[in-house]
This record gives sequence, structure tokens and C-alpha cells, in this order.
Amino acid sequence: MSDATLNEPVLSVRDLSVTFATRQGPLRAVDGLSFDVGAKEVLGIVGESGSGKSVAMYSMLGLVRDSNVAITGSVKFEGREILGLSDRELQSVRGGDVGMIFQDPMTAMTPVYKVGWQIVEQIRAHSDMTKAQARSRAIELLGEVGIPDPKTRVDHFPHEFSGGMRQRVVIAMALSCNPKLLIADEPTTALDVTTQAQILDLMSKLQESYGSSIVIITHDMGVIAEVANRVVVMYAGRPAEIGPEIDVVRFPRHPYTWGLLGAVPRVDVKNRRLVTIPGTPVSPLDVPTGCAFGPRCQHKMAICDERPILRGGDGHVDACWLSDEQRVAIRSQATVRGVADE
Amino acid sequence: MRQLRRNRAAMLALGVIVLIVTACLLAPFYAHVIAHENPFASNITGTIRLNGKTVNVLQANTQGLGYGVTPIGPTWHFSNYFLGADDQGRDVFARLLYGGRSSLYIGASSAVICVAVAAIAGVAAGYFGGAVDWIVSRIFDIIWAFPVYLLAISLSVILETNGINFLFIHIEQGSLTIPILIIASVFIPYVGRPLRGIVLSLKEREFIQAAIGSGASDFHILRKEILPNVAPTIIVFFPLMVAFNMLTESALSFLGIGVQAPQASWGTIINDGLGLLYTRPLVGIMPGLMIVLTAGALNVLGDGFRDAFDPKAKLRGSI
Amino acid sequence: MLRFILRRFASAVVVLFTISVMVYLIFFATPGVDPAARIAGRSASPAVVEQVRIAFGLNRPLPIRYLLMMDHLFIKRDLTSYVNIGDKVVPQILAAAPVTLSLVLGAVVIWLIVGVLGGLVAAANKGKFIDPLIMFLGIAAVSVPAYWLGEVVNLITQNELHSSVFAWLPAPGWVPLTQSPGEWALHLLFPWLTLAALYAGIYARVLRAELVNALNEDYVRTARAKGLSERRILLRHALRCSLISITSLFGLDVGALVGGAALLTEVVFGLPGVGLLTYNALENLDLPVIMGTVMYGAFFIVLASAVVDVVYALLDPRVRIV
Repeated sequence: MSDATLNEPVLSVRDLSVTFATRQGPLRAVDGLSFDVGAKEVLGIVGESGSGKSVAMYSMLGLVRDSNVAITGSVKFEGREILGLSDRELQSVRGGDVGMIFQDPMTAMTPVYKVGWQIVEQIRAHSDMTKAQARSRAIELLGEVGIPDPKTRVDHFPHEFSGGMRQRVVIAMALSCNPKLLIADEPTTALDVTTQAQILDLMSKLQESYGSSIVIITHDMGVIAEVANRVVVMYAGRPAEIGPEIDVVRFPRHPYTWGLLGAVPRVDVKNRRLVTIPGTPVSPLDVPTGCAFGPRCQHKMAICDERPILRGGDGHVDACWLSDEQRVAIRSQATVRGVADE
Repeated sequence: MRQLRRNRAAMLALGVIVLIVTACLLAPFYAHVIAHENPFASNITGTIRLNGKTVNVLQANTQGLGYGVTPIGPTWHFSNYFLGADDQGRDVFARLLYGGRSSLYIGASSAVICVAVAAIAGVAAGYFGGAVDWIVSRIFDIIWAFPVYLLAISLSVILETNGINFLFIHIEQGSLTIPILIIASVFIPYVGRPLRGIVLSLKEREFIQAAIGSGASDFHILRKEILPNVAPTIIVFFPLMVAFNMLTESALSFLGIGVQAPQASWGTIINDGLGLLYTRPLVGIMPGLMIVLTAGALNVLGDGFRDAFDPKAKLRGSI
Repeated sequence: MLRFILRRFASAVVVLFTISVMVYLIFFATPGVDPAARIAGRSASPAVVEQVRIAFGLNRPLPIRYLLMMDHLFIKRDLTSYVNIGDKVVPQILAAAPVTLSLVLGAVVIWLIVGVLGGLVAAANKGKFIDPLIMFLGIAAVSVPAYWLGEVVNLITQNELHSSVFAWLPAPGWVPLTQSPGEWALHLLFPWLTLAALYAGIYARVLRAELVNALNEDYVRTARAKGLSERRILLRHALRCSLISITSLFGLDVGALVGGAALLTEVVFGLPGVGLLTYNALENLDLPVIMGTVMYGAFFIVLASAVVDVVYALLDPRVRIV
């Protein structure tokens, strides 16, 4: 593989906007989202519920079925525009080149079919394997995702699995056609804490062996810190901050990210009080014309009535009017206050 | 409510229902003031003036073998015999309006009784559980397992010929109350079962558990927490049950075991029209059209109610 | 599974017994009802009524009379009519059953095809013009009294048009399948359509509602994300799951119809099925025949609901009891 193809992003999203026409007026769920996902990269998209992160992913693959939706912008998968393709044209992309993992493994599988049948169905939709071949591949996959005794379990129904095991089956299904990109929508949210860690480990391990790129959607900065290489922080459908995971977690630039990180319990600081972001998420029907986070921001300035653009350097950008000096000042103040609180 | 008002189909249906109900309520006005006919008495030798000529209401049969008589057809004059006469020489239009009163009255009152009893029984069974639930559910099971039509027919046969003389209850034979009670009781499980299920699942919800935990009285919980949550389902069921019960009433009356002569309902008039099917088809067709129109409007209204109040309700798609 | 089936059928027998007792009580023990007086006729003298009472064994205690009637109905199978003395009830029902079965089975085929197609097309085109159109037709179909529709059909096909457009159509009546399959189908064509109209309406409406619900489920999104075709998602996933609730409805409806609920269609088209038999018995108040037909009907309904529960367990792995 040449360097050129290595560097070409697997997924390239430019100015993606998703607008629903509602009785109360247009609802802009995603507003001007742009990012790239490189080969073997794990991109985390983080934000509160309702920040448009799932809708953005679903809209790319035509999984938003609302007839009142308008999707604009450009989404290129391996250089090919996939936005606006028909269901038929998208069939080979969905499930073939792009695998998906969903939030709730309890409802993600058709309840009346055996899990093996469901995996075989997907394999045979994208290859010309025989039923027997697909079945032995399904058993192999179930083993790979850590399901004990896959030869028996392949003939069990979804309701016969526990939540964590079901999510493993869903992952096996998503990987069944060796996808180049895996989109995981809150894959651990519906699971209990120990299972969450196991699933994240599994995903990291499989990402290495399959070499897929991953987009992981979550509201949990902890998940981001664990698996992501790069992060997109979303607020009210807009990107608030984009950057490498280390930078965003260690040196967050946007006040919203500060709030998000404050909401993660840390082991290195004892008894630190969890910080909450004051106010409630903005209604997507009523996003301010200026900075979307403005109404909740403690550092709001007059200029915030104008919409900030993404700026910064070294691949770490954010949409905020604060100057670098102001940020340093506020951050050091916050640290002092955090220590004083103890 | 606002959503319902925006639903044009439902509003149109409501208009149709109001129109039909008003027309039927005005039945005595038409019969006595406009037509001057008694819709419940035979008028075999009657005559009317038509285009300045005096015409017999019942004329010698001109078709077939020439037996019997053919009643006059529709005059299309909004005086008497607007829709013609039946084989007893009675004014069909007046009977149609009076029959509509019976049909609507039976449909609506049996729906009220049915939904009320089903709501009480279903909510009690779901809320109190235990012995109450067991007894109510078994009664539902048995009525449910019964062939509905045959149960209604069996009860009708016995009650219509004897009336009800049970303890202190005395209902004369031929009273409209008998079909009302029969139709109401056979459909109780149909409404009661889903309500019981809703209450059962409500009981598991946090806010009810909280109310129970905080020591609120059963009455308080039922009135303040349960009732507001089952009310939408009850409201949605109501128009569907009126339509359903009206269709059942008309079928029983058609078979001669619903509304009894001299009373009329749309079902009995269709039966009257059976013998005149090939000579005066309107006698049988008009009441049927009225049933279709009314039941259809009620069903559309029920759909509108469901969309507005209880979008998640999984009712057996009306009827 | 076998134990589940056995238990289900045992409870069906209990329900049947309860129904037989209830029907018996309704007809023979309702306060103010005297079967003897009814058999003897309206103007019979008290002495004649008494004679009838003894002749029909109506003077014996109620439980004994119940057992005797059940004995005559199910074991000796020689229960006779009170009205047409000498007519045995059981053979009459057995002769009428094929008529009802022919009527119901033909209608079932039509309503399933029309109803399922209607529901599928409406759900697949939700929000487009064809969806409300199908739903409107569905409402019209469920609002039409079946017997009246039958009459209108008779009026159209048997009256003036019978000499022209419908000249190929025989007069209403019944021809056994074994006698002439063509005539059998021709005689039943309009009864089938009439009976099927109502149920096609119901099924299209119910199926559409179920499908619309199913299409909003997570598993449909998964199926789409797997890269399946829209047709496969609709048929193999959404429809397959919706069929579970349709099946229970279907079983109960077929049971009720075979059990006598097709009575009105039979009466209107003069088909000598169980419904017509019941209707005639009702007109004469022929209690043994009514008892027999009601028990026959109850049998099919209870049987159907037991079969439905078993099929339900087969269709939905979640309720399977091992």
C-alpha cells in the first residue's frame, strides 16, 4: 500500500447539516460538521444526549428515515460521495464496508431469528458464500468476540444471551464482512460498568486485528480517553472542539469541554467534587445565532452573540471567542479553585 | 385536543355524526309535522296526493306473478313518503329516522355500559391483583371463549321472549334495554382485558410505586395516578365500541332477535326491506347506508382520538 | 413444549365444559323460562304442558337433565329436535359443517391475500397518497354490515343485470364440492367476497399498524445497517415479527367463523351451513338444535384459541416454554 492511499482518509465529512422540518419550525440537529477519519484511526464523537452526534452518523448512511429531513454537505467514503445515494446503492456500503454497532443490544437484533441466522444473513448479503461457509464463519466470529461455546450458541435466540454477550454478538455481526469502518453508537451505554470495560477492550483488540477505522459515539469522556485517537466534541449539533485525544483531554480549549471533563471522576485527585455544567442543553429548535453554548457559558462575552468559527493550530481547533491568554488565566484560576475546594 | 382539531378527517367524521344524530333526534318532527304519518302503524289502505292525483300507498304488484302489493317508491317530495313506503304502507323515511334513534341509542348506551363496567373491572383486577384479579380474569376468559354472536343470540332468544324478571329487576320483553345489556356484556372483555394490562404495567412504574410507598390511599392513587393514565385508552375505545355495538345491534335486529316490533332500528328496517329487495331496493339499502356512514364516521373519529390521545395504543385496528 | 401443549388443551376442555353448563343454564334454567311450555306451544293446556314435561324428561333434577342432554349430544349422539320430532341434531350439524367450512376457507384465502397485501403496501408507502386510500377502504370495509353487503350483492348480481353482465352466475344456493368443483366455486364466489371484505379491512388495518410499529424498531435499523434490501427488511424482519400478533387474531377469527359467526352471510346467500341451521333453530326456538350448534361453535373457538397459543409459542421464541 502506498503512502498516498494510507494518508487518504477513509471517511471525510464536510459541512454536514441535518435539518428536520417540524411544526414548530426547522430543527437543525447537525449544523456544519466536518471531520476526517484516517485509516486505522479511532475517532470519538462526544457530546450530551441531543447534541446530534448519532443523527450525524445515521444521516451519512441513510438511516434517518424521517421524510421531513433535509441532509446537506458532503460525506466521502474512500473518496466516493455517499450522501444522497439511494437505498439500493447504499446496500453494499452498509454492513459491507461500514459495520455498525448500536446502543441497546437488547433491541438491536430481530427477536425471532437465531443469532447465527442473523450473522449468516449479513454475510450472504455481501458475498457469495454458501450457507454452510457463512455459518462456519459466523461460529468463528462468535468465538473471536469471546462468546464461549460458539458452536452451540450460534443456534440460540437473542433473548437467550445476557446484555454484554448480546453486544458481543452485535459486534461479531458488524465485523462479519471485514468492514473498513466501524461506527459504534454508544456501544457501552446500556451495559453495566464491568461489561463496559470488557466491550471496550474487545473493540480495541479487534480493531488491531481487523485494522478497521472506528467512529465511536459516546457521552462519556472516560470512553474517549480509553479508546479514541482523536476527538470531536459536539454541542447543539455543532462541533465545539476537534483535536487529538491527548490534547483534548489534557489541554481542553472549549469551556464546554472543560465542563465535560469536569464531569468525569478522576482517580488522581482525591475527593474532588464533580463539576456540573450549569443550565440545561439548548433546545435544538432554539439554537442561538451566536455561540450555541453561550447561554450556559460562565465566560460569555459580548462577541459571543456572533457565531465563532473553528480555529486553533496543530490539528486542535475549537469554536470559541476566548483568546489563548484568557484561557490560560481561567484554567489556572479553575485549578486553584479546585485545589482550594479540597 | 388541538391535534384532534387539526385532524381534518376526524373533524369531518364528527360533523357527519352530529348531522346524523340531529336528523334522528328530529324524527318526531318529520313524522308528525311534515309527513303526518305514524311510522309505527300499518297504513295498508292509505292514499297520498302525488302531483295532484290521489295514489294508493300500496299498489297491486305489477311485476313477477302479480301477487301481493308493491309499496310506492320514493316521492322525493320532502313531505310524506320521501323515500316511499314499506310493505305495511309505513313511511320509510320516518322509520329510518326513528330506527336511527334506536340504533344510536343502543349503540351509545351499550358502549357506555360496556366501557364503564370494563373499566371498573379491568382497573380493579389490574390494581388490586390477587383474588379480585383471578375472578375478573376468569369471567373475562369465559365470556371471551364464548362465540360472541352465539352468546348474544342465546341471551336474546331467552330474554326477548320472556323479558327479565330477576329479583327486583323487571324489564318488559321488547324493551330496548335488553339488547343494550346483552351487547354491552358480551364485549366487556374486549375492553376490559387491555385496560387490565395497562394498569398492571402502570403499577410497576416509579410514580405509582412512589405513591404507594408514600402511603397514599388506594382511592387517592386510583383517582389521581391510575385514572389519568387509563383515560386516554378509554376515550379511544369509546367511539369504536359505539360503532361496533351498533353493527352488532343491527345484525341481531336483522335476525329478529334485537329490537322488537313495533320499534324499529336500522337492522329491522333492512330486514323489512328483504322482501322488497327487487321491487323497492331503497327500503333495505338506505338503512344500510346509514349504518355504513355512521360506523365509518365513528371509526374515523376513533382513529383521530387514538392519534391525538394515545398514539402508542395497540388496539385491534378498530372494530 | 409437549407439556405446554397438553396443559393448554386440558384447559380448553375445562372452558368447553363451563360453556356447556352456561348454555344449558341459559336455556333451561333462566327464571321464567319453561321449555315444556315452549315445546307444547303457546296455546297448550296445562295438562298438555305437563305431559310434554314428562315425555321430554324435563321434570327431573337439573344436573341429571344436563348430564342426559350431554349424553345424547356427545356420547349417544342421538339428540333429537323438539320441533321437527325425529330429526337428529348431530347428523344435521355434520351435514351443515362442510358448507360452513367451504365458505370460511375460501374467504380466508381472499382476505389474507387482500389484507396482507393492503397492510404491506400501506405501511411501505406510509405518508404517501396510497396509504390513507387503503386505510379509508379498510374503514369502509369494517363499517359495512356483512348481511347488508350480501343483500346489495344479491340485488346487483341477481336482478336486472343477471340477464346480461352476471348471466354466468347461478342463483344463490349450495353445490357440494364433490358434486361439481366448478359449480361449488361459482356458487360460493360472492359469499366469499362478501365475507372476506370485512376481514380484509380489519387485517389490512391491523397489519399496517403493526408494521409501522415494527419499522420503527431498533432491529429494523440494524437490518438496514446490515445492508439488506428494503424488500427483505419489510418481508423477512418487520412482517415476520408483525405476523405474531396477526396470527392470534387470525386463529380466533377463523375459529369464530367456522363456529357459526358466518351465520349472517349464510342466511343472506341461503347457504345451508351451521349458521343457517342455528338461525332456523332460533326462529323455531328449537332448543336441542341451538344447544348443539352453540356447543359446536364453542368447540371451534376454544380449539382455535388453544391452537393459537401453541402456534404463538412456535412463532415467538421469547414465549416458548421449555
